Amino acid sequence: MAPSPCARCKVNRALILRPKNHQRLCKPCFIATFEAEIHHTITTNNLFQRGERIAIGASGGKDSTVLASVLKTLNERHDYGLELILLSIDEGIKGYRDDSLETVKRNAVQYGMELCIIGYDELYGWTMDQVVEQVGKKGNCTYCGVFRRQALDRGAAKLGVRHVVTGHNADDVAETVLMNLLRGDLPRLSRSTSIITSMPSAIAPPKASGPGTSGVIGKNTNHGITDVRRSKPLKYAYEKEIVLYAHHKNLDYFSTECIYSPEAFRGSARTLIKNLEKIRPSSILDVVRSGEDMARLVPGNEDAKRCEGACKSTRSNLPSAEEEEEGAGGCGTSGRSTGGEMAAMEAKLLHNDVASAQVLETEITLPARPRPRNGQAHDRHAHTPFTNEPPSAATSSGGQRHDRIDDDTTPTTPRPKSPTKKRSTTHTLPHPPKTQKPAQKMGQCARCGYLSSQSICKACVLLEGLNKSRPKLAIDIQLDAAEEAGRC
Amino acid sequence: MPDTLDITVEFTGGLEMLFSNQRKHAISLPSREEDGNPATIAFLVRYLCQSVMKDRRKELFVLDDTVRPGILVLINDADWELEGEDKYEIQKRDNILFVSTLHGG
Repeated sequence: MAPSPCARCKVNRALILRPKNHQRLCKPCFIATFEAEIHHTITTNNLFQRGERIAIGASGGKDSTVLASVLKTLNERHDYGLELILLSIDEGIKGYRDDSLETVKRNAVQYGMELCIIGYDELYGWTMDQVVEQVGKKGNCTYCGVFRRQALDRGAAKLGVRHVVTGHNADDVAETVLMNLLRGDLPRLSRSTSIITSMPSAIAPPKASGPGTSGVIGKNTNHGITDVRRSKPLKYAYEKEIVLYAHHKNLDYFSTECIYSPEAFRGSARTLIKNLEKIRPSSILDVVRSGEDMARLVPGNEDAKRCEGACKSTRSNLPSAEEEEEGAGGCGTSGRSTGGEMAAMEAKLLHNDVASAQVLETEITLPARPRPRNGQAHDRHAHTPFTNEPPSAATSSGGQRHDRIDDDTTPTTPRPKSPTKKRSTTHTLPHPPKTQKPAQKMGQCARCGYLSSQSICKACVLLEGLNKSRPKLAIDIQLDAAEEAGRC
Repeated sequence: MPDTLDITVEFTGGLEMLFSNQRKHAISLPSREEDGNPATIAFLVRYLCQSVMKDRRKELFVLDDTVRPGILVLINDADWELEGEDKYEIQKRDNILFVSTLHGG
């Protein structure tokens, strides 16, 4: 094939084929275009305010490394006036996180940014290694996901930072949109497409005791942080281009697989997205846009009313991050639809089902989202074998998604005894209460003060279970935690 | 034409895990396929699977006889889609880079 010239400068040889528009670009033009587009995303969405301190959720992986590099470049080029900090979460998995944290440390030097590493042990009194020792390799992802979701917010609170940016890219968002579509979960679909979400951590003054015996969660609560915003500046950036940007700019990043779910990245929606991209590269952004369009049609969607600036009222207007957060970062590994992450998501979905059963999401899921019992039950079961189809496109996590589908029936109606029901796993999941409270608002966890739709947040519930099994270790943990505190 | 082509093959983005945790491989690739045609990327991929890859999880590298979607291929730093994808005829001293986008941080 004859080399073609760059479509922009018409001089250099094109090396990059852009997935979104088939444009052929040379290396310098690609880098310039990529950065210009992120700048455009930032300015049109008013993501940042001058003088803001921003924590970049950094894993050492490609997405967060590119995010840090691009933000540094743009901050200098366009004089955003931002103070950028790297915030890393250490799940406490030996031989997995160590190398990526080394990468983050190098990045901190390369980009001249402050780095703060916060460990699960410090936040929760448990490392993932300890959790796995306790609960085994199965299901540990649930813990990791729940802990991780809160960890960035808690880390930000600790640093006194009100805004965390994450490396979610277009592929991540498209994947989330598809998963929510497959589940028929429009409210979540609506939230997942938002570029900014708000996590009103609303951290209360420390209560008498924190979760379980260690009380670690309540420890860092005096910062008065009431609102941590989350945004995704790479939301419209293709994963392919992120990797190419990292490659052509010679960025130092680390790729790894979580040792507790080594093959998780083969999962489901991610495969579907990649196959779609292969056939028609624009599909990814098209799915993202479709998600946004559908989100606008969802009753009560916050996007329309969103206050663009960081005005005080954003807190009530922005979609809640707790409700939205998934896709990347649930599980430490690829942050993709990994099996583990799906498990974590399942846990959250279940949690959400409880929430919707209690009519939390007022306008959207109002009293008992009416479900035609028979017909729909039928449908559901008719689809069951489909989603269960193993290897090819929708793979490893099909089973979990399943549970979710089954579970979906529980909040509203006593499940009709269905002869086709074959999955015993459902029984192992806690069923949401059948008695429905009239209306309950998003409140705070009574133990740690974290935003939660239930009186005790998921992390505290999980911790309670863990701590019951080893009360004697609490003192050690406190010591560890004190040591860890010196790390930031 | 020599019997083999000396090329460099690199694996990054997590793919190195499937190739003995080694990023760079110096490969002497037969310059002709079994049927006498010049060696292409498709041939290289088959060769890698048969002769270089010790990991049994071939499907993490190849699916349906082609490089798994989500793995980028760069031929001398250029996207293989600009070079004819797997029909590209390999030249001596080529640098072929396989980058996975599927792994996380």
